[in-house]
Amino acid sequence: MSLFFIVALPFFGALLPGLMNSAGRSACAGVTFTVTLAAFVGLLTNLPAVLAGDLVTARLEWMPALGLNFTLMLDGLGFFFALLILGIGLLIIAYARHYLSREDNMGEFFTYLLLFQGAMVGIVLSDNILLLLVFWELTSLSSFLLIGYWKHLPEARQGARMALTVTGMGGLCMIGGMLILGQIAGSYDLSVILQNRDLIQADPLYLTALILILLGCFTKSAQFPFHFWLPHAMAAPTPVSAYLHSATMVKAGIFLMARMWPVLSGTPEWFVIVTTAGLATMVLGATIALFKNDLKSLLAFSTVSHLGLITMLLGTGTAFGAMAATFHILNHATFKAALFMSAGIIDHEAHTRDIRRLGGLRTLMPVTFVIVALASLSMAGIPLLNGFLSKEMMLEEATHTVLFDTPWLVPVLATVASVFSAAYCFRLIGHVFFGPVRDDYPAKPHDPGAGLWLPPALLVVLVVVIGVAPFLAEPFVKLVTVSVLGNAAEVPTAYFKIWHGLVPALYLSIVAVVGGLVLLITFQLLNRIWESTPRPEAKTIFDALIAGVVLLAQKLILGLHNGAFTRYAMIAFVAILAAGYHAWSTGTVGGATRLPQSAGPVPIAGWGMLVAATIGLVFLHRNRFLSLMLIGIVGLMVSVGFVFFSAPDLAMTQFTVEVVTIILLLLALNFLPKYTPVESTLLRRVRDGGVAVAGGLATFALAHHYLLRDAVSTPISEFHLANSYKGGGGTNAVNVILVDFRGFDTYGEIIVLGIAALLIYALTETLLNGPVRARLLNRKPDQKRAGDTHPMMMVVLTRVIMPVILMVGFYIFLRGHNEPGGGFIAGLVVSIGVVMQYMASGFAWTSTRLKYPYHGVIGAGVLIAGLTGIGSWFVGKPFLTSDFAYVRIPPFEEFELATAALFDLGVFLAVVGAVMLSLESFSRLARRASQPESEHPMDIDPSREGPDADPAPTAKEAF
Amino acid sequence: MEMLVASAIGVMTAGGIYLVLRLRTFPVIMGISLLTYAVNVFLFTSGRLTTGAPPILRDGVAIYADPLPQALVLTAIVISFGMTAVVVMIGLGAFLGSDDDHVDDPTDENEDRAGDAS
Repeated sequence: MSLFFIVALPFFGALLPGLMNSAGRSACAGVTFTVTLAAFVGLLTNLPAVLAGDLVTARLEWMPALGLNFTLMLDGLGFFFALLILGIGLLIIAYARHYLSREDNMGEFFTYLLLFQGAMVGIVLSDNILLLLVFWELTSLSSFLLIGYWKHLPEARQGARMALTVTGMGGLCMIGGMLILGQIAGSYDLSVILQNRDLIQADPLYLTALILILLGCFTKSAQFPFHFWLPHAMAAPTPVSAYLHSATMVKAGIFLMARMWPVLSGTPEWFVIVTTAGLATMVLGATIALFKNDLKSLLAFSTVSHLGLITMLLGTGTAFGAMAATFHILNHATFKAALFMSAGIIDHEAHTRDIRRLGGLRTLMPVTFVIVALASLSMAGIPLLNGFLSKEMMLEEATHTVLFDTPWLVPVLATVASVFSAAYCFRLIGHVFFGPVRDDYPAKPHDPGAGLWLPPALLVVLVVVIGVAPFLAEPFVKLVTVSVLGNAAEVPTAYFKIWHGLVPALYLSIVAVVGGLVLLITFQLLNRIWESTPRPEAKTIFDALIAGVVLLAQKLILGLHNGAFTRYAMIAFVAILAAGYHAWSTGTVGGATRLPQSAGPVPIAGWGMLVAATIGLVFLHRNRFLSLMLIGIVGLMVSVGFVFFSAPDLAMTQFTVEVVTIILLLLALNFLPKYTPVESTLLRRVRDGGVAVAGGLATFALAHHYLLRDAVSTPISEFHLANSYKGGGGTNAVNVILVDFRGFDTYGEIIVLGIAALLIYALTETLLNGPVRARLLNRKPDQKRAGDTHPMMMVVLTRVIMPVILMVGFYIFLRGHNEPGGGFIAGLVVSIGVVMQYMASGFAWTSTRLKYPYHGVIGAGVLIAGLTGIGSWFVGKPFLTSDFAYVRIPPFEEFELATAALFDLGVFLAVVGAVMLSLESFSRLARRASQPESEHPMDIDPSREGPDADPAPTAKEAF
Repeated sequence: MEMLVASAIGVMTAGGIYLVLRLRTFPVIMGISLLTYAVNVFLFTSGRLTTGAPPILRDGVAIYADPLPQALVLTAIVISFGMTAVVVMIGLGAFLGSDDDHVDDPTDENEDRAGDAS
């Protein structure tokens, strides 16, 4: 099977469990199992090629310009890890089916699990380091979801957050390291990087890259001092812990160290950093693990310790160390996954994981006992079990490793760690399964169904088989070792044997086992000493660190963003002015190339009105109604200016927009205070005035300068004018640009407009459903209400005029392609017509006559425009290519049919919908506030008879 | 003529900036509207000033106003209506929720101003 499918299957499969959720828990687990099995089988189909030593690759150009390509490769190492991920994944899925309770959302769980699985498989199969980084971050994110799966538990949320913070920070460092590495090697492809050992190690940036990449690996693989997140991640459901902490997540860092081993290892820097970190982690993890009373915590720290062991082996930089590391990865994955699952079984059956409350389970849970005993003894390093073999290889390697010029340091510390390791393994067996049967278990423990014990049992079979017959695993481990080593070193010839003769490692093994037994016997005493020694608590330090960072960020951000809008605006204006001044003073300005045009009295009069209105607005802005009128004059003069300067389309648009804007502001002013009080000091006003005048002068100078100069290069407008009729079929160049040349722009703009309207609608809804609703209902209008809110003259007139407006709108729409007009303007004109109905006849009257909701109109508009664009795909043209034809239907004159008109219809509908939805939302607020409207459109209607003719005025006159 | 248009842009910008720096929502919205006019006219004039030559193709006419800035400004006008509406809605919502139409968040010094806002 193609490598693409192996990686893609879990991701696409992640869609299924959620869908199968309602089909039952077995179906949900079944589909997840099937997906994983398919990927697993797909992986196995590549086994012959891997065994033959071939490199299976799959390549897809993604962003070649960035060096980011979707390239996958499968060698021994990748195959080994993918096998662990998918194989143990299968067991975990089967186990989780029986582990999760009915209250847990299984679809969600398996979706996360498959996402995580896909990301892990992606890491181990990536050939491109940028792609690897993408998958690396995906594992951080999906493990966050998995660890925090029990959202209701605070420790789950905290644990997930801590894991994400630590591994995410490491991931960030690693991005830096990988980018440096890619720069040095000149390629982001692993296959190229792995060939460039000498080049990379000679580069001055080697150490920086090494440290950054190792930070990524150490955080992911919980190496000291980043080990603390792993025990807190134990708040996850046990299947997650078993999966993440035995075979996958924490092994990702190990995998990367192994992957990069040929290029990064072998230098003194690598040796000192990696070996020291591994050794420290190993000793620390083993020591803490012994004193943990929670089964999963004990296993978590034991995992930390074993990860340290593997890291230490990789750090030695020798071929034998790499082989031992590979072998231990396999062994650790088997016994640790089995142990985690067994811990879950005990928790599931006895309802506690506290070792102090357990004991005597040997007779009550015999199957579990056998599984745990075999797996633990393997972990302790007892012969005939697989843990013994790799642990002895580790001790063997340790005796040859000289760190800091001290030959005894590594062997002694490795032995100390082994002693503690053996001790906690013995404690696990002794304190949980031996001893008297108690009568105070939280629940009566008994062996679970086969669904729960079979997955760990299968792993334990492997533990024993490898332990008894190591030669079965030897070829495979050596095959993996070949790809770890690359061409940096030769595979060691040492055979995997149980009996190597009386070598130092054997003595050390015996010391470890005996020491472990001694520690177990003296455990009570040691525990008292441990309890009374003060220890730094990693979580407290971490929390304090986070709190400090948050405080710093708050200080910085709140100092800058203090919520004073005027301050932001002032900073922005001053910054823009300064940037403009800089550009002005450093740039060059050519001489004037255009002659100033003379201005007649009419333009001067218009200019005078505009300037007077603007100045009036500034000085009289405290009277808000007056300022509304003044800004109306400014807008009107701008529209007139557009007419004067040959822009009829703009003038029509500006004019119609002006009308709806003023209505909108009037609606808002209905609620807002009518006057602005004097608040700012004179000094402040002078300061603001200074900035304003400077800004005004600057824009004036800029505009004046370029108005008198021609464009430096020929504007593309020439093209538009030349092709407007030939290519677009319309003589109104502005409209052709809108619906044809730059149709995609327009398409985006109507979407923005629609979103703005929906936003207003949503805000209104929020206001009306929140505490504001009560305020609005109790609000007393601060102005006198009109006695006759719906005057008869206006009602009659607007109704008579409505068809005329619609016809004008239709006409403007149709002629738009050739004469000033088009969808935008027609939409605005029709909106004004509809708004007039609201104003004259009232909200209720108009609403009941409204057949289509405005959201629908917006949607229809965007859809029509979009579908018109898509239509061009069917004739093999790019999106929004337009076409037109001239047809003649007697008795009409020849006219044009263009697909652009259909697009313009979409624009029209979107504009009508957006404008109306905004105004309607505002008036809905107003409606809440005022008294219920009368049921009749006219308050005073002479044609209506009877005493109930006008109930409303009396109510309204009361105000 | 260029002088008139450029100075109109300048005056509208100055007025807009001054009003945007005011303390209450309504003048700020007025200021934004003024700035919108100024910016739209500014963009429009990037096609330079042409009188009596609308970009409607006619036989025998060679000089037309630049259609591209016109098309861009046309959508800008409509969009700015949408944006103004959103800003007005936000300002209105804030006022209805707190009886306070200041644009700046209350600080320690003016904590008690909400009462005398209306």
